[in-house]
Amino acid sequence: MTRQRIDGGGDLRIRQLRARQMLRGELEGADLEQYLQERVGLTTLERAQNWARANAPWPLTFGLACCAIEMISVVGSPRMDAARFGAEVFRASPRQADMIILSGRVSVKMAPIIRRIYDQMLEPKWVISMGACASSAGMFNNYAVVQGADKFMPVDVYIPGCPPRPEALMYGIIKLQNKIKGQPDLGWRERYRAEGTEEQGTELA
Amino acid sequence: MSDEAPATGVEGERPLDVPYRERERSVTLERMPAPGAPVYGTAVEPETELFTINMGPHHPATHGVLRLLLTLEGEVVRSITPIIGYVHTGIEKSCEDQQYWKVIPFVERMDYLSYYFNAQVFCMAVERMLDEEVPPRAQYLRVIHMELGRIASHLFWLGTSALDLGAISMLWYALRDREKILDLFEMSGGQRLHTRYIQVGGVIEDLPPGFDRKCREFLAEMPSRIDQYEAILNRNEILLQRLRNVGEVPLDTLLGLGVTGPLLRAAGHPWDLRKAMPYSSYDHFDFKVPIGTRGDHYDRYRVRMAEMRESVKIVEQALDGLPEGPYITDNRKVALPPRHELATSMEALIHHFKLVTEGFRVPPGETYAAIESPRGELGCFVLADGSAKPARVHMRDPSFVNLQSLRHMAEGRLIADLIAGIAMLDPILGGIDR
Repeated sequence: MTRQRIDGGGDLRIRQLRARQMLRGELEGADLEQYLQERVGLTTLERAQNWARANAPWPLTFGLACCAIEMISVVGSPRMDAARFGAEVFRASPRQADMIILSGRVSVKMAPIIRRIYDQMLEPKWVISMGACASSAGMFNNYAVVQGADKFMPVDVYIPGCPPRPEALMYGIIKLQNKIKGQPDLGWRERYRAEGTEEQGTELA
Repeated sequence: MSDEAPATGVEGERPLDVPYRERERSVTLERMPAPGAPVYGTAVEPETELFTINMGPHHPATHGVLRLLLTLEGEVVRSITPIIGYVHTGIEKSCEDQQYWKVIPFVERMDYLSYYFNAQVFCMAVERMLDEEVPPRAQYLRVIHMELGRIASHLFWLGTSALDLGAISMLWYALRDREKILDLFEMSGGQRLHTRYIQVGGVIEDLPPGFDRKCREFLAEMPSRIDQYEAILNRNEILLQRLRNVGEVPLDTLLGLGVTGPLLRAAGHPWDLRKAMPYSSYDHFDFKVPIGTRGDHYDRYRVRMAEMRESVKIVEQALDGLPEGPYITDNRKVALPPRHELATSMEALIHHFKLVTEGFRVPPGETYAAIESPRGELGCFVLADGSAKPARVHMRDPSFVNLQSLRHMAEGRLIADLIAGIAMLDPILGGIDR
């Protein structure tokens, strides 16, 4: 997508003449090719779309436990300004959010609710599992905590730490952005080959 | 109510009589009345129809995953049923499977805004059973960190509560100052949250070089910061209308519910465990216990702001009068030997090995220790059976007890007042559910 001058500068008069020829439709073959490469940035619509999506991943306002405090630090403290990466607009409604940050321990009682909120989000959607608890239950190997949120929902980025520093969360968001830019499959079922897991009886009548 | 009122299952006066599962079922779409054209003469007036609404567990204003079942009459809240347990982590059960010194990281993660207090109260209980004396320097170091933690907790409360009331810029201001406290914690403990700084018998390390200067810089500017915040909020018309004369609870009710902390002090009762039952040499410091007069939301807000000023004073005094001496007990049966001794002393190596592999044993018995956390009386009950692991660890978390006063604050008032009530209650769900 980078534009570069191939003829190495050149004369202004020559370029003006070439532009006039182009408009008349007289430019052909290698000259036309060169003219286009000099002046037009070519990309696919999907890549442009992904680029736009990657730079505005709106998170869901959703805090679980300790990591939520650090998550709020990412948007709230002037030191880490998540707005630099377009991820500062926390949305309270799952319908408006692009990604959910699982910030804290996922209890057995909370898991179906998280899944429901996740299902309410519109595709394309992404999940960041923040901290040891959401990724693997961390130190809580007991009856009450789901041993890793990826047991019941797809997770795109895992961030280690207990709790991770805000910088770590920023790094995770940037990783997710890179993933969005390079990922053609936007639905999570296509991404993780999970076709056939749709819930029955929830289709709109 | 008309005869064709929807069977919501929780309407009426006493929603607690309805079984729990039915209450959960009542908030689904199937139980809602089918939409249709209203029949003349049978329509229910909006003011008289009771409406059950589910607030949470995913709600931006509940400060965590608190779920409230509300029965509304128009916009007036008629009954509140808190449903908790959405971050139940089984910490108390997990503690029974850990050696005493490994329990500290677990209890720290209960109330995740007051981790120093959780560690302190657990260590206090264990030290009481071991009959272990904490060196004076360690006590002062604990006080410094706990009071800084109190300021950090209140700052976080200020930012999020003002955010709930519509003042979003307070969040940036409050977190800006909170970051400076977290920097101090990182200097002394190595991490921003859950530092595991307080140990049984003392603290893990002495203050690092530069801590004193940086801490004093922070303390010097903090009072002027609080002045700025009060200049923004104290006479803000929106805030005054949301807080003043709202949510008053009589002192007797608060005492009957067991409410402690800023909520109780705002109602005029000067109960502060730092004064009432001094621990960790709090009696060495000169500070005041701010109290309110009416016990409304505005008093709760003012009491917490005043507490921050007092905490600044305590930290200053503790830094000035920091005694010399060891920062952890020299009882090798309880505390790890210094690192440099391991290379030269066989005995130190054995102690280190025994402590790390087996831990220390606590004589059989039970005890209850209580301290003043940012939210009230934080108590810890420890039952020891003589082994290296506790038989039971139970926390009396102030958020859990204080949550009961929400009904008295908000019932019969508007939903908007309920939001203000949750904000001024300052519940931390990690502490409530544990």
